[in-house]
Amino acid sequence: MTAAISPTPSAKVHARPMLEINKLGKSFGTTEVLTSIDLSVRPGELVFVIGPSGSGKSTMLRCCNRLEEPSSGTILLDGEHVTACQGRALDKMRLKIGMVFQGFHLYPHKSVLANVMLAQVKALKRSKADAKTRAIEMLEHVGLAHKAESMPSELSGGQQQRVAIARALALDPKVMLFDEPTSALDPELVGSVLKVMKQLREEGMTMLVVSHEMEFAREAADRVVFMDGGVVVESGPPEEIFGNPQSPRLQSFLSRVNRGGE
Amino acid sequence: MRFLDTFFDGAVMAKYLPELLSAIVTTLWISLIVVVAGLALGLVMACLRTLGRWYLTLPIVAFADIGRALPPLVVILIFYFGLPGLGINLSGPMVLILVLGGVLAAFAEEIFWAGLTSVSRGQWEAGRATGLGFGQTLFEIALPQAVRMGIPPLVNRALAITKMTALGSVIGVKEILTVSSSAQSFSGSATPLTMAALAYLAIFLPVVILSRVLEQRYAWAV
Ligand SMILES: Nc1ncnc2c1ncn2[C@@H]1O[C@H](COP(=O)(O)OP(=O)(O)OP(=O)(O)O)[C@@H](O)[C@H]1O
Ligand SMILES: [Mg+2]
Repeated sequence: MTAAISPTPSAKVHARPMLEINKLGKSFGTTEVLTSIDLSVRPGELVFVIGPSGSGKSTMLRCCNRLEEPSSGTILLDGEHVTACQGRALDKMRLKIGMVFQGFHLYPHKSVLANVMLAQVKALKRSKADAKTRAIEMLEHVGLAHKAESMPSELSGGQQQRVAIARALALDPKVMLFDEPTSALDPELVGSVLKVMKQLREEGMTMLVVSHEMEFAREAADRVVFMDGGVVVESGPPEEIFGNPQSPRLQSFLSRVNRGGE
Repeated sequence: MRFLDTFFDGAVMAKYLPELLSAIVTTLWISLIVVVAGLALGLVMACLRTLGRWYLTLPIVAFADIGRALPPLVVILIFYFGLPGLGINLSGPMVLILVLGGVLAAFAEEIFWAGLTSVSRGQWEAGRATGLGFGQTLFEIALPQAVRMGIPPLVNRALAITKMTALGSVIGVKEILTVSSSAQSFSGSATPLTMAALAYLAIFLPVVILSRVLEQRYAWAV
């Protein structure tokens, strides 16, 4: 099972970045939302992004797979230019970039199994049989193989999000992007999703996670990046970021979060 | 007894039954073509509209708006009595099919389009983010949801428009109403009209019931 998800954690130290964001800029009309973001994620690393609402976290993540078109800068995935791809090449590139949304976005008219199979068959061109095997495997991975025949509407939010994770994983992505994966969940369901994410990390998946789950960041993140106003203000290991924040903006953000204000 | 003689005269029924049966067949095949062609054309137009190109959207919206605004009878009369002046001679059934099919297409386009726009952006993004192309996302994800949302209004509209095959009576198409009303004036009995009503019920009631079944079957909670 573990071998099914590449790469191995030992690759972490010496490899080139798996995901590299260079001088990324993004404007909506005349409003500049991201300004020259530099961020790289090494293979097997979990990088955690925090920041106040509207600081551009989602936009940055969505630029990585071009759901949002960057205004400037480049994105590289395992050395390949994501920003240079067009048309079919971009679709192919997106297969290697798994994305998990705050709102799950499972296909309501398809069963859980069909949700996990669809892109495998249509985009990756796997045979139906292979796609099904892989889908069941991934559903087992997130603890939901017994729900394969259910419809998404029959699942809890936490279960839906785990299916969404399985749907992305089934395509064997090189990196997984998470945009507030637990923000839409009832508190008692958050744990099940974080558990899956922790398990993924242990298997060596490269992950870029936007979330407000500070506890999780402390436990699982290799690095925490603090964004504010469309720039990376501070980044470092979780102990540093949470224990010894340097910039006043991060200090005030953390004190607001700790008071439960964010 | 007076009621039965007026509306259910056995002799009159027997006399006009063969003619009416062939009228039923005519109504049926015209309706079938109208529904299939109308829905297909409406679907194609709604899909083309998703491409967001003005030179597609503009004529589609114009067609849909005009098709929904004009009374079908007016268009039927223009096509049947006006077009020959331009040297275009269309048979009665042909006019009926073109006009009613076109009107249904106009309504169907709007219904499919409303369904497509109500599919959330997140659905599209989930599809595209997993490497599906625009067309694949449209056909595998957006359209099936749009169609299911559209089934109740589509069935209602298709029913309303196929019932308008009765307008064929003004241009001599030998459909149910034409045949039964001429039988009524020849026989002096209302019985042929009763037969017409029964024939319409026999055709459309099953469709209405089927639409209820479909509606329940596709009522999945989102
Ligand atoms: N499609 C868009 N058009 C115009 N402005 C946008 C668009 N998407 C985002 N923005 C703006 O860009 C800024 C950054 O938004 P973004 O969603 O990336 O923030 P965020 O850090 O993810 O916030 P949150 O924590 O609330 O999710 C916001 O000011 C937002 O209003
Ligand atoms: Mg966001």
